[in-house]
Amino acid sequence: MGLFEMFRKKTSGTIAKDRLKLLLVSDRANCSPELMEMIKNDIIHAISKYMEIDAQGVEIQMTETDSENNNGKIPALYANIPILDMKNKGN
Amino acid sequence: MSEVIVVTSGKGGVGKTTTSANVGTGLAMLGKKVILIDTDIGLRNLDVVMGLENRIVYNLVDVVEGNCRLKQALIKDKRYSNLYLLPSAQTRDKTAVNPEQMTKLVEYLREDYDYILLDCPAGIERGFQNAIAGADRALVVTTPEVSAIRDADRIIGLLESHGIVRIDLILNRIRMDMVKRGDMMSLDDVMDILAVHILGAVPDDENIVISTNQGEPLVGAESLAGQAYYNICKRIVGEQVPLLNLDTGYGIWTRLANLLKRA
Repeated sequence: MGLFEMFRKKTSGTIAKDRLKLLLVSDRANCSPELMEMIKNDIIHAISKYMEIDAQGVEIQMTETDSENNNGKIPALYANIPILDMKNKGN
Repeated sequence: MSEVIVVTSGKGGVGKTTTSANVGTGLAMLGKKVILIDTDIGLRNLDVVMGLENRIVYNLVDVVEGNCRLKQALIKDKRYSNLYLLPSAQTRDKTAVNPEQMTKLVEYLREDYDYILLDCPAGIERGFQNAIAGADRALVVTTPEVSAIRDADRIIGLLESHGIVRIDLILNRIRMDMVKRGDMMSLDDVMDILAVHILGAVPDDENIVISTNQGEPLVGAESLAGQAYYNICKRIVGEQVPLLNLDTGYGIWTRLANLLKRA
């Protein structure tokens, strides 16, 4: 991204393209909202064993990432998990 | 050799019927023998866009149910004697016909026509299943909007799973002025997102509304949309035609004039 673009507002066409890309990844992956909710709950459950997290603030979504073997784009699961306390609850 | 082409989109209101009318008429202009079939049972529209609504006696459902002979239901176009329309029924619903009956019908028509064009209803239910049943290839119509492209992607998936591999995209209602200022996805953006062959882009042209008002498809006419549709038809019959430059009227002088107007 050039210096010029950094100061410019994102155009609505770009916003549309970005939204569409994400939308199609989850459409094509055929992940139902129920399945995503189940994955989210399991992630919360697993992480909570080791640290205190904000369960309400957890967000997960299907997205795309470049594959390591240069096979182009591959689907990826993106999770945003806010941590409240790093204290090691495990021990 | 005859070809059965379904014109579909998933989303409603993106221009399937307008595209069917113009592509059908354009293929007839190129000397092909063409039949247009309106498969939108209950919501027939193709007859109106073609300007043939006053000539309907029998319809698709009558043919399938055997209430009339096929020839009795066909309507000859006003301008081209090698173009026919098989209208849909207005008072029935999609379940009046099943995919097997549609396949049988188009197989029968193959003997007499070069191109059999099926105008598909919106949605992915029975009407869609009926329309794609006997098709060799598909024209997917979409507009540069998130919802329309999402539906197009889904439709492409469904067509592929049905064994239709020749799928071409028509990007309709593109506005170059909006693309230029970044407020509309461009043809390149759409190609980038939907990995599918592009058959053509049609500008958002007020002449389309005028031609629909008059019931005369504008394919081949002077207007930009008329040229875009004509090029699409040429590509369907296998001619190599470069993509039309839709960016007219936005040269340096027009831009300068617009700038002065704004100042």
